[in-house]
Amino acid sequence: MASQTLQSVPAELSPEQLAEAARHEAEGQAYFDRVMADDSRIEPRDWMPPAYRKTLIRQVSQHAHSEIIGMQPEANWISRAPSLKRKAILMAKVQDEAGHGLYLYSAAETLGQPRDQMMQDLMDGKAKYSSIFNYPARTWADMGAIGWMVDGAAIANQVPLCRASFGPYGRAMVRVCKEESFHQRQGFEILLELSHGTPEQKQMAQEAVNRWYAPALMMFGPPDDDSPNSKQSMAWNIKRFSNDELRNRFVGMMMEQVKVLELTLPDKDIRFNEETKKWEHGPLDWDEFHEVLKGRGPCNAQRLERRREAHENGTWVREAAAAYARKQAEKESAA
Amino acid sequence: MSPETPAGNVWPIWEVFVRSSRGLSHVHAGSLHAPDAAMALRNARDLYTRRNEGVSIWVVPAEAIASSDPDAKGSFFESPQGKDYRHATYYTKSEGVKHL
Amino acid sequence: MSTSPETTTETHDGGHGDISVGVATAGTSGDATASATRITPGNALRPEDIALAVSRGAAKPTEDAAELALRLGDDALILAQRLGHWISRAPELEEDIALGNIALDQLGHARSFLSYAGGLNGKSEDDLAYFRDEDEFRSIELFEQPNGDFAVTIARQFVVSYYQFELYRRLTESTDATLAGIAAKAVKEVDYHRDHSTQWVLRLALGTDESRAKMIHGFNVIWPYVDELFRDDELTARLAAAGAAVEPSSLRADFDRLTGEVLAEALLDIPQVPAALGGGRQGRHSEHLGFMVAEMQVLARQFPGASW
Repeated sequence: MASQTLQSVPAELSPEQLAEAARHEAEGQAYFDRVMADDSRIEPRDWMPPAYRKTLIRQVSQHAHSEIIGMQPEANWISRAPSLKRKAILMAKVQDEAGHGLYLYSAAETLGQPRDQMMQDLMDGKAKYSSIFNYPARTWADMGAIGWMVDGAAIANQVPLCRASFGPYGRAMVRVCKEESFHQRQGFEILLELSHGTPEQKQMAQEAVNRWYAPALMMFGPPDDDSPNSKQSMAWNIKRFSNDELRNRFVGMMMEQVKVLELTLPDKDIRFNEETKKWEHGPLDWDEFHEVLKGRGPCNAQRLERRREAHENGTWVREAAAAYARKQAEKESAA
Repeated sequence: MSPETPAGNVWPIWEVFVRSSRGLSHVHAGSLHAPDAAMALRNARDLYTRRNEGVSIWVVPAEAIASSDPDAKGSFFESPQGKDYRHATYYTKSEGVKHL
Repeated sequence: MSTSPETTTETHDGGHGDISVGVATAGTSGDATASATRITPGNALRPEDIALAVSRGAAKPTEDAAELALRLGDDALILAQRLGHWISRAPELEEDIALGNIALDQLGHARSFLSYAGGLNGKSEDDLAYFRDEDEFRSIELFEQPNGDFAVTIARQFVVSYYQFELYRRLTESTDATLAGIAAKAVKEVDYHRDHSTQWVLRLALGTDESRAKMIHGFNVIWPYVDELFRDDELTARLAAAGAAVEPSSLRADFDRLTGEVLAEALLDIPQVPAALGGGRQGRHSEHLGFMVAEMQVLARQFPGASW
């Protein structure tokens, strides 16, 4: 911590200024530590350790990117939704994801990172987003599996984040969680309809569950013993539960729900450990996870290209609106 | 009120305040980007009232908001503490007297 | 258009938040909690309410009213299908959401109109949307015009929303209570679409040289399909005589005046382009509709009779 404190002080200050800055930082650190100890909230203009700021910018912007890239696999089915009701629901859901991306970018911007910079990092392939969106949505049943499992995992992750120590992040999460409750339910009901439909529909549902199961579990991040940043995030009250804790809890919930669906999870090793009172699951292919994370998933290139295309095609529109605003402002000040 | 419109195609930030129903105050809902006030209002309507959350919206350029200094918490907010006599609960002898 | 921060925006009653309401009930007959008594102009009328009223026999269209509902439903459906494509592709994230809202409004209108149209012979909105062939669609060519760039989409939306506003405004006084009810809900939403597209016409036309050229191009692409909106035929004559609807030609003067005001403010001329022949109301469509319908229907037709 001490080295970080020194790092943020510019070198060319006089000794007096240096002492003043050091005192300011010490006070800030003391205040920050007290906030953490009290489990209270840090707000954007409070002093915060540079590493805390950096961690949050990274995490919140990744979260925002995931929402924005996550629109694509589902938007892929809007035009082909098999009933008008489902079309409306899906459209509203994908649109919500744009909204959630916006809430999160806003939270990240309060940390001093402009949205266009975050967007640029995403398009340049410098920023990460949830790996799961690099898998293709092959059938309509994927809309069900994404809603039930992917949004389910996201919600399990996000509910504790509503209490994240950084105020704007927590507040954005509250709004997102409220809105996402419908996302998981609509996915569950898509699968329910399919599993009670024709044999072909049921098979479609089962195959989708099989495909999305492992990537959904991996959404909670690497196992605890391979997650170097987790401990610090928990100390900062950003993260409240470990990756494995959340993942195991999620497996338990799915085991109950999959019975209602009359489908199965593609994992023979799921069991409730009576000793630890925790759910356990079979091994996950973390090599694949890291491969996809590095950009070698089925859809990485396609997802980024689509985002770049939208952004570039929109440049002249954003310019036009900005130019119009300038002209109007000039007109007003001249009048 | 209009913020400095940056050159190029980056739109400025606006803070959004939503009145959830008549009789209540506008409450800060979040922020968004928009080229000007007219579009900021519309974007706010589309983004922050998709679920019937409001009956009225204010938008304010983020840069137009002045805020208290977070480093001056002590001097700025200390004074009212300890002035219990500003609160009804301070006056215990009149407890139980009706309509008081 | 005031730009003061005090400008207030009254939002629609329930139009956007109700999307998930009908989810709990499977099947095509609408939400079991829906009440037919909600069909009154001014209430937030949901497609599920119409479907329920129709299935209970509380609302049954005449043959002519059903044909009109089919026309208007197809217009809105095809436009929603086009607009839905923008979600995840808009010029800015805020605009993804704005276009999404418009698409959802249009889809809602389509579902209401089609549910009512189906009441003539026991068909659901989905029967009509997914199991008619291209030449059975009754939408006007304007609605199927490709999205093009953002300016083309805005030009199309501008024309559509000024047309639909005048149409629905009058339809609220229809002698057909269901049509009047659907129109009463729709007119408020379409009013916002007018405003949205107007804002963008002004910005694109008066923004940069590039955007102005694109806006002019957008209107040139779209304008040939304007005339078809205002063509009368035997059906509209009968409906007008019965007080169920007005003749499309009677909307033209208001349309011209109001769009003219915006175009003048945007320093744009009304495009001098020949009108397309049209024929959508009779099922003669441009080359675009076939692809749209094929894409829209592909999954539903793989599983005829299936429930989703």
